[in-house]
Amino acid sequence: MVRILGFFVGLGFVAVAAWSLLWGVIAYVGERPQETVEHHFHEEPRAASYTFDGPFGRYDRQQLQRGFQVYREVCAACHGLGFVAFRNLHDLGYSEAEVRAIADQWQIQVPSINPDTGEAATRKALPADRFPSPYPNDTAARAANNNALPPDLSLIVKAREGGAPYVESLLTGYQNPPADLPPENRPGQGLYYNPYFPNLNIAMPPPLTADGQVTYADGTPATRQQMAHDVAAFLAWAAEPTLESRLWGGVATLIFLIFATVLAWFAYKNVWATADRSVRVTGPLDPENIAKREAADRDAGVNR
Amino acid sequence: MSFPWAEEYRPKSAFMRWLDDRLPLPRLVWGSVGGGYPVPRNLNHFWNFGVLAGLALVIQIVTGIVLAMHFEASTAGAFNSVEHIMRDVNQGWFLRYLHANGASFFFIVTYIHIFRGLYYGSYKAPREMVWLLGLVIFLLMMATAFMGYVLPWGQMSFWAAKVITGLFSAIPVVGEPIQTWLLGGYAPDQPTLSRFFSLHYLLPFVIAGVIILHIWALHIPGSGNPTGVDVKTPQDTLPFHPYYTAKDGFGAGLFLIGLALMTFFLPNYLGHPDNFIPANPLSTPAHITPEWYFWPFYAILRAFTVDFILPAKLWGVLAMFASILLLFFLPWLDKSPVRSGSYRPTFRIFFWILIGDVLVLGWCGGLPAEEPYVMISQLATIYYFAHFLIILPLLSLVERTLPLPNSISESVLHGEAAEATPLGVRPAATAG
Amino acid sequence: MATVEHTEGTAPAAPDGGVRRRDFINLAAVSVAGVGGAALLYPLVNQMNPSADVLALASIDVDIAAIQPGQAIKTIWRKQPIFIRNLTPQEIQAANAVNTGDLRDPQTLAERTVDGRVNWLITLGVCTHLGCVPLGAAEGENRGEYGGYFCPCHGSHYDTAGRIRKGPAPQNLEVPEYSFTSPTTVRIG
Repeated sequence: MVRILGFFVGLGFVAVAAWSLLWGVIAYVGERPQETVEHHFHEEPRAASYTFDGPFGRYDRQQLQRGFQVYREVCAACHGLGFVAFRNLHDLGYSEAEVRAIADQWQIQVPSINPDTGEAATRKALPADRFPSPYPNDTAARAANNNALPPDLSLIVKAREGGAPYVESLLTGYQNPPADLPPENRPGQGLYYNPYFPNLNIAMPPPLTADGQVTYADGTPATRQQMAHDVAAFLAWAAEPTLESRLWGGVATLIFLIFATVLAWFAYKNVWATADRSVRVTGPLDPENIAKREAADRDAGVNR
Repeated sequence: MSFPWAEEYRPKSAFMRWLDDRLPLPRLVWGSVGGGYPVPRNLNHFWNFGVLAGLALVIQIVTGIVLAMHFEASTAGAFNSVEHIMRDVNQGWFLRYLHANGASFFFIVTYIHIFRGLYYGSYKAPREMVWLLGLVIFLLMMATAFMGYVLPWGQMSFWAAKVITGLFSAIPVVGEPIQTWLLGGYAPDQPTLSRFFSLHYLLPFVIAGVIILHIWALHIPGSGNPTGVDVKTPQDTLPFHPYYTAKDGFGAGLFLIGLALMTFFLPNYLGHPDNFIPANPLSTPAHITPEWYFWPFYAILRAFTVDFILPAKLWGVLAMFASILLLFFLPWLDKSPVRSGSYRPTFRIFFWILIGDVLVLGWCGGLPAEEPYVMISQLATIYYFAHFLIILPLLSLVERTLPLPNSISESVLHGEAAEATPLGVRPAATAG
Repeated sequence: MATVEHTEGTAPAAPDGGVRRRDFINLAAVSVAGVGGAALLYPLVNQMNPSADVLALASIDVDIAAIQPGQAIKTIWRKQPIFIRNLTPQEIQAANAVNTGDLRDPQTLAERTVDGRVNWLITLGVCTHLGCVPLGAAEGENRGEYGGYFCPCHGSHYDTAGRIRKGPAPQNLEVPEYSFTSPTTVRIG
């Protein structure tokens, strides 16, 4: 009964799916799906290697400091870093006094209340504060940026397919639109062509315009490539400050687990060593008796 | 217990005797996972996966309870609280990544456990109830995982909630009221998040309860085995402890190595970058996809593209639910008296095609709904329904099976590998 | 029904050393697993300890330039009230005139303040009886019979050095760790 009903239900779904398939095939054969313009011109991020790649990665603190400098001087005017607190900058190698100074001198102040009048006011940041947003809200952000919302950068490396290499390629990927780009895909007012961006046209103007835009404190030449590389590394740290603990914790845990599993394997083999020996069947299933029976049958000329 | 030779519980200390006399927990443990539960001696490593699923559940519950101490279930605070866990809570990143990857591993071991059941006929009499309860657990797992993914309130969280609750609106007449009732509003918002948090905390304990029923139902007839032949004599079995506790310990070690590899070195590999963007009801992501363990069902949902009396969207929803619900009827669809796929060569061929089919469906489910993937999903969906509802019932009528070994011991004595080419039927006098 | 010989469970005829070696691997495996389980317990317990953002506020800097002698302010430190009072010379004299032997919790004013800045009395605003916030820090509040603080819940009176003089509180108002980072800024915690 179940099988009969099931058969018809199955036939029903198969038929309807086949009907959809039929129309799909007709449509596909009739008009091959065209590669979209975005797909044709879009470029995958250029391969880039960082010190934090791989299972034994670690952050290069000098590089993170340079990247932070790029963020502060180039990006912070429009992009927030709201999940990072000033005190987290200790990870970059700054001392307590330096962190306090960075917080105190940060160009954007933290919202607070005037203690006498109760009106909205701002105060200087403390190390315990998170980086304050450059705009009070999204509407203000859009108003200041041609209706585009500059995203917060705390998680940008994890929130984009391609990660840090994508960010680095994007920052240095601005170029003139190719001649064969269709007119409707050309950048309009307030947009800039960048093949690394999924939609090809990005609202952010090229942020790294010239070599030496930032003067690195450690003297490293600040080429556009270098700045993009360093700020991508900094943003990777901002997205995943615990990366080093994670990787080293992983190595330790895996070594322990492999050791424990090897021991478990030997214990398993040890416990089961007696199991086979105990499969000693007697009586009619005893192989000796089976052999005897067969011999007896042969002698008696019986064929079973 | 079903087997008369199962060893009785004998308390080793005065304390245990005192406890057992008042609350028979020690003898319950002894009789279910201790030396008092006889298990076929020929189980292979596919029998490890039930215990691994239980271990995965324990990991999820422990990490989940601890994460709930820091999570804020408000639309304004949820995403922030997850970042707070990742950055500020001591070892919070470890707990969060373990919980997220633990969910994936829970599904991996459960899927292997289910496919073991399909291959070896574990769903057949007298274990139908074990199978049905297992499917109930699977449904609860899917609900729990779906709600859990919504909690961080990222872009994918929000839009997955929107799409899945939106499916209910495909049901005629009652669909929209049901959708509004589920959401507590007209779109996923605070009421949705709060109730999902409450239910996500509750359901794992319901799962634990159903697992107890699942194991209880199993222990009535006892565990199945790769030959599908019933246990007949004491030498067919070994006590669960220490033999299978040792084997499961080794299996657990391998499981934890896999879980540690993902958690520590590739924690975001199985996730989606868009979920690191806070939810924005005004901006739809380019490609909405669920987590990988839902991909086969997502492919079936999207395979129905053309109206046929009913709207295509409704067909998709019906097919998606039917693809799981038909498994409830499997013990009555596949009536072959031979349990194990080891002795059903034709069945085996179709089984492996099914495995390939489900993998293809999964692969398509993770891709955008574009050609040629839609056509491939449609073909794969056709095969999926045909396999369970047409092929298997017919197969049990017409297939030619291989002869079974007389007993488990016999197949063990002659070596595990010889199970597939057993000895031939013996004269009645030798029947064990 | 075939008869069965059970050999599992009983030690086979192997030399004693062999049996002990066999059990040893089992014991080793279980022990290592146990150690792993115990190690896993650490993050599970430690996650309940204060998180980094809570610890960051474990220490605060307060600007005391505006507090005149005779005035006090209330502020928050580690989510608890703090009273910062600028003692007048009369209040200091009154505090030093008390015989510490008469006190329930003997302490001099000098012990409860920083050398050279005896006029700055910094205490927790939490009554040591059952935790209410005493009155007396704000203008016009009842300062009790000893001119310090008064807890309205059960009538504890604290003097100008914040010491318990009357009422059920067992100890003086707690003095947190603090230091002066400048003449007008004090770091608490």
